[in-house]
Amino acid sequence: MKRTIFRNQLLPWLLLAPQLAITFIFFLWPAAQAIRQSFLRQDAFGINTSFVGLANFRALWNSPEYLNSLQVTAVFAVMVTVLSMGFSLLLAVAVDRTIRSSNVYTTLLVWPYAVAPAVAGILWWFIFNPTIGIMPYVLGGIGYDWNHISSKSDALVLVVIASAWKQISYNFLFFVAGLQSIPASLREAAAIDGAGPVRRFFDITLPLLSPTTFFLLVVNIVYAMFDTFAVIDATTEGGPAQATNILVYKVYFDGFVGQNMGSSAAQSVVLMGIVILLTAIQFRYVEKKVAY
Amino acid sequence: MASITLDTVGKIYPGGTRAVGDVSIDIADGEFIVLVGPSGCGKSTLLRMIAGLESISEGTVRIGDRVVNDVEPADRDIAMVFQNYALYPHMSVRDNLAYGLKNRRTPRAEIDRRVAEAAVILQIGPYLDRKPRALSGGQRQRVAMGRAIVREPAAFLFDEPLSNLDAKLRVTMRLEIKELQRRLRTTSIYVTHDQLEAMTLADRLVVLNAGRIEQIGTPLEVYRKPASTFVAGFIGSPAMNLISRRAVPHLPVAAQAGTIGIRPEDLSVAPDGPIEMEVLAVEELGAQRLVHGQTGGERLTVAMPSDAPLSDRLRLSYRLGSLHLFHPETGRRID
Repeated sequence: MKRTIFRNQLLPWLLLAPQLAITFIFFLWPAAQAIRQSFLRQDAFGINTSFVGLANFRALWNSPEYLNSLQVTAVFAVMVTVLSMGFSLLLAVAVDRTIRSSNVYTTLLVWPYAVAPAVAGILWWFIFNPTIGIMPYVLGGIGYDWNHISSKSDALVLVVIASAWKQISYNFLFFVAGLQSIPASLREAAAIDGAGPVRRFFDITLPLLSPTTFFLLVVNIVYAMFDTFAVIDATTEGGPAQATNILVYKVYFDGFVGQNMGSSAAQSVVLMGIVILLTAIQFRYVEKKVAY
Repeated sequence: MASITLDTVGKIYPGGTRAVGDVSIDIADGEFIVLVGPSGCGKSTLLRMIAGLESISEGTVRIGDRVVNDVEPADRDIAMVFQNYALYPHMSVRDNLAYGLKNRRTPRAEIDRRVAEAAVILQIGPYLDRKPRALSGGQRQRVAMGRAIVREPAAFLFDEPLSNLDAKLRVTMRLEIKELQRRLRTTSIYVTHDQLEAMTLADRLVVLNAGRIEQIGTPLEVYRKPASTFVAGFIGSPAMNLISRRAVPHLPVAAQAGTIGIRPEDLSVAPDGPIEMEVLAVEELGAQRLVHGQTGGERLTVAMPSDAPLSDRLRLSYRLGSLHLFHPETGRRID
């Protein structure tokens, strides 16, 4: 890599300033605000604010609703990650096998990533709408009565599909790039070594793809825990009966709808902690196994 | 161990491009065959067709008594050494060697025995538990060969295995491959664009040009009696001088000859020689000296001892019987 040496001490800071400003104003400052607010309690009219220590956190720990949301989030994140990564790997392998250089196909597959989460939510809300949607009609034909408004599991499946769908194109791009960087001669050598296509995939392709897989795992879990807010808001709004109320949506709902700023701030601090912890664990333990 | 027979083999890519055509070779059991030619001559394609990595458009490939046109690479009983070695980067050297045997459900003890044996032959014992990336180029090369020999296949296929090594190591490994093949007596097909590698390794050479065979023969046969102007210019270093007959009208050669070939080492300075050359450039190689010049508008190179006298104009004579004559249109040899 090329290394640039600046004579002027000020210039490098000046060049970094826009990015630093954005990071500070939109990430660090709000995060600091959230941490500060999580130790405070406002009265109902927002006039008095008092310091309450860890009371907000203690309240969360004792709230069955919050513990339920934790559980829903875990299930949701795992389902979204597995579904979107599994499906995009399947597509990527198909593309890699058949049309090594078809840019048109690849470009078309990337489109969903450009769709805003809220729009993706609406889209799937229409498709699965119990009254006018096409999927409930099809499912009705095979005897399944789809209704995500009353059924908790249906609602969860809906938000998982809508969230995973949006992420598939992103994962797909990285998987295709990862697959193309594996030299063809390795697979040929394995073929001569007597490994069939399935065996080659699991013995050669998948291990060599593991850096990509690991990276996507981190990205997808963070995506499922944070960026899916709009999908939930546009489809189920956390219902029915809290079945799809994931942590990030609950932060929004308790804070901006319920106006309980202290609890909402405490929740966002916990959420931040969980993601930091997960990412740290992944980098510390999982990454060691993927390096070859 | 097995013989390999190619019968009018051809390769046509979708779209109609012909990469290889009308190739017939009989390779005896235990023979070391080198396919040599410039890049794009179809030699690698031909090797990959024998390996089963490319489909065969025309003709038949036989390994032993079996036609293998539609046999999977794994079932052809061959092992291949790739140009970039194609070692599995996430497996240790030991697992790299054992992978093909494991896939064939070879008993554990047998795998261990063969891996240990290969490690001794190739002197890679100390590196068995390392990953390929921790090895030098030469060591990787040995592991790639080890992966081929543990399989104890009917034939080894080498696809330019030395081209990623530096010049010095290439010479050492060339010799090792030759010795190894002598010892194991396994039928081998070796692809290279390096005519020196081809000459030193081969029992027989197959010179390819534009997807077709120009000549098959032992290295000395090909060197002494090149079948065409292409072979004459390709085999031998420095390359043979190919000059038009019109440039040297007074040489006593057959009337139908269009091109005359003279190897630089067959020319020598003689005060009453029949060829007069104007010297343009001199290259000193230490033991000998290459003098480049022209005669009658044609380029000419002479290899001479480094103590031979030099001047701007030289008179040259050639060793008796050292002229090669080629047909003016077809470029084929005339005897």
